[in-house]
Amino acid sequence: MDLLNNLALGFGVAFSLTNLLYAFGGAVLGTLIGVLPGLGPVATIAMLLPSIYALDATPALIMLAGIYYGAQYGGSTTAILINVPGESSSVVTAIDGYKMARQGRAGPALAAAGVGSFFAGCVGTVIIAAFAPPLTELAFKFGPAEYFSLMVLGLIGAVVLASGSLIKAIAMILLGLLLGQINTDVISGVPRYSFDIPELTDGIGFVVIAMGIFGFGEIVANLGMPAEHREVFTKDVKGLMPTKEDMKNAFPAILRGTALGSILGVLPGGGALLSSFAAYTVEKKMKMKPGEVPFGQGNIRGVAGPESANNAGAQTSFIPMLTLGIPPNAVMALMVGAMTIKGIQPGPQVMTSNPELFWGLIASMWIGNLMLIFLNLPLIGIWIKLLTVPYRFLFPAIMAFCCIGLYTLNNNPFDVYMGALFALVGYLFYKLGCEPAPLLLGFILGPMMEENLRRALLLSRGDWATFATRPLSAGLLLAALAMIVIVMLPSIQRKREEAFKEED
Amino acid sequence: MKIKSERDFWSGLMFVVVGIGFAWGATYYNFGSSARPGPGYFPFGLGVLLAILGGLVLFKALTIETEGGDKIGPWAWKPLLWISGSVAVFGWALPHLGMVAGLPILVVVAAMAGDEFHWRDALINAAVLTLGSWLIFIVGLKLVIPLWPAFLAA
Repeated sequence: MDLLNNLALGFGVAFSLTNLLYAFGGAVLGTLIGVLPGLGPVATIAMLLPSIYALDATPALIMLAGIYYGAQYGGSTTAILINVPGESSSVVTAIDGYKMARQGRAGPALAAAGVGSFFAGCVGTVIIAAFAPPLTELAFKFGPAEYFSLMVLGLIGAVVLASGSLIKAIAMILLGLLLGQINTDVISGVPRYSFDIPELTDGIGFVVIAMGIFGFGEIVANLGMPAEHREVFTKDVKGLMPTKEDMKNAFPAILRGTALGSILGVLPGGGALLSSFAAYTVEKKMKMKPGEVPFGQGNIRGVAGPESANNAGAQTSFIPMLTLGIPPNAVMALMVGAMTIKGIQPGPQVMTSNPELFWGLIASMWIGNLMLIFLNLPLIGIWIKLLTVPYRFLFPAIMAFCCIGLYTLNNNPFDVYMGALFALVGYLFYKLGCEPAPLLLGFILGPMMEENLRRALLLSRGDWATFATRPLSAGLLLAALAMIVIVMLPSIQRKREEAFKEED
Repeated sequence: MKIKSERDFWSGLMFVVVGIGFAWGATYYNFGSSARPGPGYFPFGLGVLLAILGGLVLFKALTIETEGGDKIGPWAWKPLLWISGSVAVFGWALPHLGMVAGLPILVVVAAMAGDEFHWRDALINAAVLTLGSWLIFIVGLKLVIPLWPAFLAA
């Protein structure tokens, strides 16, 4: 069995002391930022990117991955205990989880979230291990035209499944692609849009954009909101053990959430956030048992389903990134950036050229999930304490780490100034209701897209029809078109708005 | 003409202006031909596309009624200026004054963005963070960051 051999190699790598330590570090940090509202995995990973220069590729990626799925565990704690989702993917968990906490059932809610996440994490890891190799095979058949079409599909997928206005989201992608054009043209060596500033000829660092918009911009937005009233149910967390009845109700929801999250995670634009919303909707549609607590009143299924789904989605969203080199969401875009920093070209060749990295990362995900369930359930008290740290201590700390990170990118204050500029831009986007995540995806994919477009056109001697006549490419473009058409249909549009209404 | 959605109106305008700006800028670079695309080929197309989409957003903002006009709402000027200002000041201070002075300046100036500002809290925070950053970044990760002011180190 190839799979077993590969997994054995992976576990061999993941069980080395260094890698275990970094997986643990990532899991702890992920839980930490998951628990803290207002600090998400995107900003954290961006903050840490400069420091991974000092690490080897494998431990670095293991740690960054741990932060992403760790945040899914931590996010639920805050949602359940204080009704403020620590992560956007835990928004729906707050609806029923917080109600359970108010009824003195915070323990079972946390346990359902933790066990569900762990189960989903294990399944997600197996799915990556099973599906990554065949997808990689497929990816080797791709020429530049196919890659271009695939990126179009990925970018379109990322916005149709997200919330908010579709046109604005596509415009944000284009804006990101254009920002990615500020660089030196690879083919002709001409610096573009650099205004004779030498630092701009290398392009804007995506860390700068991510930190400015997601880090600083969000701090400004948080500070601009009136101080929230927080009520923490710390004293009520006594028995963690759910009752038999709870388990019977929660288990099917965990299975459904895991299945849904695994599928949605792979889709472009998918990942943790979308999965949890979809799972909550499915749970609500399922037939109620007699005597079951209604949804919105503290139903345990409303916690177990979405929490399993967001963790499964977080895991499987690694598949397109690892096999095709195409990030399906903003976190994966940063992972692509991290690989590039370490000199690894993301794409199908990673599995063969860096098998230790590839399988080690996958194996470490299972280990990380195991660590997380121990970190989150028995040690829940520590995380609760964290919630009492006031924001006025927290945000200067985030600022300090971000600024040092910006400076160390190139040991140049220029990146720090650009960070300040993007803080203004990020707040502008926030005020205008423009989602920044598509911009980051476009920015990351921009140079890759241009290169593949130009190579495809060169090969076809300037014939644009090449994208439509090559069957694989045509299929991908048709899929992208179909997604836009479906979302534009009036009936779907109404449903989409409904589905995202619960977010507010 | 009445603006029906303030947010969409201004974001549409932003897309149009930026799109045209990039497309216009692209005309300074060799466009090439479809068979041999030059450095101006891709950004020109993207810029035009962005301007068109921006136009669509503008059109929608002027025609489709929204609830309450979709107002942008008040700007949080105070946090915005303090936060971005503190970052910019840090950019200048770090190479000139080193981390021992630059980081406390950053932390204190940033803290002024909040509604509750206490000198005591801000200074404690600054001291803890500077010490922590020194341990993590300079001692631990061995990153090259100026610790002392330039005039002392030279």
